[in-house]
Amino acid sequence: MATLFDKLWDLHRVADAGEGYDLLAVDRLLLHERTGGIALKSLRDQGLEVADASRCFSFMDHIVSFRPGRGRDDARSPGGEAFILETRALAAQAAITLIDTDNADQGIVHVAAPELGIALPGYSIMCPDSHTCSLGALGALAWGIGSSEAEHILATGTIRVQKPRQMRIRIAGALGAGITPKDLALYLIARYGAKGGNRCAIEFCGPAIEIMPVEGRLTLCNMVVEFAAFTALIAPDEKTLDFVRGRRLAPSGDMLAAAEIHWRSLASDADAAFDEELTLDAGEVTPQVSWGTSPEETLALGATIPHSANIRALNYMGLAAGQRLEGLPIDGAFIGSCTNGRLSDLELAAEQLRGKRVAHGVRAVCVPGSKSVKRAAEARGLDLVFRKAGFEWGEPGCAMCFYAGGETFPPGARVISSTNRNFEGRQGPGVRTHLSNPAVVAASAVAGRISLPDPGLFQEDSV
Amino acid sequence: MPDPLVMHAGYAGALMIDNIDTDQIIPSREMRAVSREGLGGGLFAGWRYEDPGARLEKPGFVLNRAPRPSILVCGHNFGCGSSREHAVWALAEYGIRVIIAKSFGEIFHGNCLRNGILPVTLPEAEVDRIAAKCDGAMMDVDVRTQTVSAPGLPGWTGRFEIGAFPKRLVLEGLDPVRLTLKDAGIIGEFLDADRARRPWVYA
Ligand code: SF4
Repeated sequence: MATLFDKLWDLHRVADAGEGYDLLAVDRLLLHERTGGIALKSLRDQGLEVADASRCFSFMDHIVSFRPGRGRDDARSPGGEAFILETRALAAQAAITLIDTDNADQGIVHVAAPELGIALPGYSIMCPDSHTCSLGALGALAWGIGSSEAEHILATGTIRVQKPRQMRIRIAGALGAGITPKDLALYLIARYGAKGGNRCAIEFCGPAIEIMPVEGRLTLCNMVVEFAAFTALIAPDEKTLDFVRGRRLAPSGDMLAAAEIHWRSLASDADAAFDEELTLDAGEVTPQVSWGTSPEETLALGATIPHSANIRALNYMGLAAGQRLEGLPIDGAFIGSCTNGRLSDLELAAEQLRGKRVAHGVRAVCVPGSKSVKRAAEARGLDLVFRKAGFEWGEPGCAMCFYAGGETFPPGARVISSTNRNFEGRQGPGVRTHLSNPAVVAASAVAGRISLPDPGLFQEDSV
Repeated sequence: MPDPLVMHAGYAGALMIDNIDTDQIIPSREMRAVSREGLGGGLFAGWRYEDPGARLEKPGFVLNRAPRPSILVCGHNFGCGSSREHAVWALAEYGIRVIIAKSFGEIFHGNCLRNGILPVTLPEAEVDRIAAKCDGAMMDVDVRTQTVSAPGLPGWTGRFEIGAFPKRLVLEGLDPVRLTLKDAGIIGEFLDADRARRPWVYA
């Protein structure tokens, strides 16, 4: 009768907070230097204590430099050091574990938290960052909050929240060769609109989800905030358990055995009712590329921009209705971010780059999502593939996913990017972002224009 | 804590573009310090100034009008994107007290309520009519009766939904942290029981 979301909600429900609100216990609060430092600071300024620092973790990812050889305090934006230094000092004062710039586990919060076993199935995980929904992929209650809400969690270990409506999205069939969870996410948003998620908690299920590797599920859930969903989640299965087992902060021994019994019980009942239901056939999905300034302004790579296209977006993007996306000359290419900065993403891109060169005049940058991803990629020689092809190989962090001031692509540059947002100015003033999967980014960087990846280069298990 | 908002009369400014994200509201490069303050000047910096660095205002942009609007009228999905509360702090510092939109980004909506800005969702047709008739003109908002009206729309009253708790947040300028801390006992009991149920969470 109950959905997975209902069950997790009830498991964390401390009390009815009245007036339609519940008080939920928060198992893990994650912070980063961009929005977390301010929460710690206002807490301190109000003379409040952190309720349980052992359940909080802080990361350095947004402002840290991505230059090779960066120092611990190097920021990528002018004045950004203040965020790094203050967050470090505030985390130390509050006795919160900080995964600092020079820490071997450093990375983008949504990439590093699952790697470290900080994010686990069944947990409630909050972070003042909108892409916290990614972590729902592990079967967790996870969503983004504001800094004031983070302060509330710091002080009380709980969140006061109204239960959202629920939607189930069943993905039938299987994604075709070379079609990635990123394409599925973009397709979903393009088809149902940037408001399509209707403030619901979305449970993804169906055959295409069951066969999807956990890294792909993280990509899919990452994008639901662009779909105006409250969050997303996927019931944990053996793939999830294999993924989390043995992680540094995951339980072990008897504790693991007990946890696994709990994790295996986490699923929606067969007759559970959802407020909304959608079914999508994965077989319909083709490589997707965004053309506009909202992720919903996305098309199949071979398509032409419709005549109904929004003029403001066309002007910003320097495009016209009727134009084809395929073949558009590009100036930049970026691979990384919490959407597509994991090892499988880098492998997918590297397949397109072996023995090739980035086209003349294209600045191509790859920034692994975490140090652990970077180490694993380097152990496989992927860094050499990227470097030999002419890609810059950066130090982990959000890097060029968003502009914080400082170094980026020049105004007017057309950039193909494995990130999640193509908003005006997202990657820099006047920068024109086209979202796509990492293989499309790599193939386009080589061709110097938006291009389909070489289908001969897809490995069966690489997505 | 924010000033309570019971009734508000102010000038409306229409910014009828869908999917305005928080990075347009407060560009990342305008967030210069670990602070909730000093953000008002950076509000919509990319749209509001000819040259954001020199703060040279673009004439005609809604925020550059005199008198300044305190009620923004917007399209769909206003405040989508990044969770940064700085967007709301910037709006509040500039003087925005009410945002009337067709729909809101979820996190932004919650951030407004925590900072004394009333987010009002009205049907598309009503928002379009307000934008057409009231841009630059006075509007009245009453939180208690959950209504919006305007001299420019005689005979019309818009009714909006707001939950009892968010309504108290706005009306009373309530501090939810102190409210929850009163329940410390209940929270402690829950955690003890949960520790027995899911010990690995607390290990
Ligand atoms: S990689 Fe981009 S989307 Fe992800 S957390 Fe960092 S800035 Fe946000």
